[in-house]
Amino acid sequence: MTTLSIADGAQWLRRFFRRNFKVGIAYVALLALLGVYAGLQPRLFTKPVITATANQGMALVLASMGQTAVVLTAGIDLSVGPIVSLSNTLASTLFPDSVPGVIGVVVLVLLVGALAGLINGLIVVYGRLQPIIVTLATASIYSGFALMLRPRPGGYVPLWYGDLLTRRVFDLIPTSLVLLAFVLIFIWAPFRRSRLGLAVYAVGSDERAAYMSGLNVNRAKVAAYVMAGFLAALAGLFLTAQTSSGDATIGAVYTLQSIGAVVLGGTSLFGGSGGVAGTIAGAFVIRIISSVLFFAGINPLSQPLFEGLVLLIAISLGAARTFTLRNRLETMR
Amino acid sequence: MVTTSRAWLSLHRWLRGLNQEQRSVVIAYLMIVAIVGLGSLIMPQFASPNYLLLQLMKASFLGAVAAGQMMVILTGNIDLSVSWTLNLAAVMVTSIAQGQNERLWLGVLAGLAVGLIVGLLNGLGVAYLRIPSLVLTLGMDAVVKGVTVLYTGAQPKGESPELLNLIVHHKVWGGLPSVVLVWTAISLFCFIVLHRSALGRKIYAVGNNEICAYLSGVKSHRVLISAFVLSGLMNAIAGILLVGYAGRSFNGMGEPYLLPSIAAVVIGGTNILGGSGLYMGTVAGAIIITLLESTLSIMQISQAGRNIIYGLVILGMLFLYGRGSQIRE
Repeated sequence: MTTLSIADGAQWLRRFFRRNFKVGIAYVALLALLGVYAGLQPRLFTKPVITATANQGMALVLASMGQTAVVLTAGIDLSVGPIVSLSNTLASTLFPDSVPGVIGVVVLVLLVGALAGLINGLIVVYGRLQPIIVTLATASIYSGFALMLRPRPGGYVPLWYGDLLTRRVFDLIPTSLVLLAFVLIFIWAPFRRSRLGLAVYAVGSDERAAYMSGLNVNRAKVAAYVMAGFLAALAGLFLTAQTSSGDATIGAVYTLQSIGAVVLGGTSLFGGSGGVAGTIAGAFVIRIISSVLFFAGINPLSQPLFEGLVLLIAISLGAARTFTLRNRLETMR
Repeated sequence: MVTTSRAWLSLHRWLRGLNQEQRSVVIAYLMIVAIVGLGSLIMPQFASPNYLLLQLMKASFLGAVAAGQMMVILTGNIDLSVSWTLNLAAVMVTSIAQGQNERLWLGVLAGLAVGLIVGLLNGLGVAYLRIPSLVLTLGMDAVVKGVTVLYTGAQPKGESPELLNLIVHHKVWGGLPSVVLVWTAISLFCFIVLHRSALGRKIYAVGNNEICAYLSGVKSHRVLISAFVLSGLMNAIAGILLVGYAGRSFNGMGEPYLLPSIAAVVIGGTNILGGSGLYMGTVAGAIIITLLESTLSIMQISQAGRNIIYGLVILGMLFLYGRGSQIRE
């Protein structure tokens, strides 16, 4: 009896590790990076530095979570960055001083982000066009709107709004981490556990089978793009709190970095496998690298090279699988 | 009235007789005519030979990049390392030639070597390591950017040799910019490779179904590497020509070419998933994007408005070209 349950447990453990292998790599990479960071910066485990580090990664974490939803459907969203910019410029243009006014603007900005995602999703699904080129086109459109709102950096952001989001709750936990927990518990988890969330995974692993099984393929895809737009807008709002101003080009880096974070986090670009747990680690890795390089005293001019190399090596790790395959055919999709 | 409607009818019938690849190329060229027509309504000089030749010259740089991009897209991949490969090649030319004509060939060789190496690395990664090209070339772009920044410091050294400036700005046969001739040569080469050579057949085969191609005896790994190497070389050529055009190299000079190169290929009717598309379409795509940009700037539309219209045009063209099939079909 007992031997059986031990065997069961071992099997379960083995399956758990095999299933979460890629996510594990992302967290090992993050921990290693944090270890190096702690070695270089002894003050890492003080409240201000922890808060700063969390804040530094948060906007990318949020944007990459949205990107994950789309990548899980075997799609890609190149308009994540422009939606971040649009959200940032819209907020900095409309923000009043009063609390209810700011809340109203925040809701409006989130709705605009979701609408931008909805447009992406509807064109991809009902236009039956390729996501990469559709979102390339809408990216141009959204960045146009952002630039229209704010041709030059500037705008107004109430001081208390920035303080509220970038400091700590009860002077203990960084507000950004509380926000992340809130998003995970009240937005991502319900989505992931719903029929829609399941359908997102199903569509990504085999769209035809998902359709044959009676899942609403179209609705799942549209939902993923809406989620991406919504979370990109949230990322933009957080970024607005950090920079206290509006800039139409501020989001540009988020498109590619979010894809990088998703891949580092172990989500397959072919869809159907992965999740936000890995993405969060991936996003922090991408954001922390530059601080680590800075504290390591590396020549600032060689910093982009190291960042690129780390990114390239990290994504190449996923290729290790190729060497375990005997038949060349298995490497082709 | 009757004759025009009859002309429309026969045009319509002719279009219907073409396959989808050919139809999208025809639509792309009709689009060029439409933009020139629209442009000349706004500014009478728009349709003048001089102005159009200037546009053709500007389109040549994009055309070279798009030609390489097309090779890669046809195999079912994408090359996002365009910007900084072009940039590093350009930086090599100026820093090695140092403005001296007799050192130009060294600079050009170094530039081409950059394209060759980056293309080879991309190709090896995609063909053997099976890293999705989207992320591999993205990472490669970051690395090449890092190399460029490290190599140049704050700003690239040296300047373009006078000879290169002369070659690029030279006009032959009373007005035709020589860069356009270079683009024509590139186009002829790409046309022959894609539509008249075994490699071309294999590129389409791999793009349609790599497993089928491999089982039919195509060495698909070599095909993938060839496509990425060609793309790298084309980016390098564009970078070298741009040095002659601008008289110098600067960091960030390649960035305006990445997304337009993909857009040009797609507007030209090439399937973004690979396997189908005609080379002449990509030529039209590069011209359309260049004309569109100049028309919008003549109309004094702000950068914001240009971005919006640019995106709408790409979407519109996509809808014109017929779309994917539904799952249930």
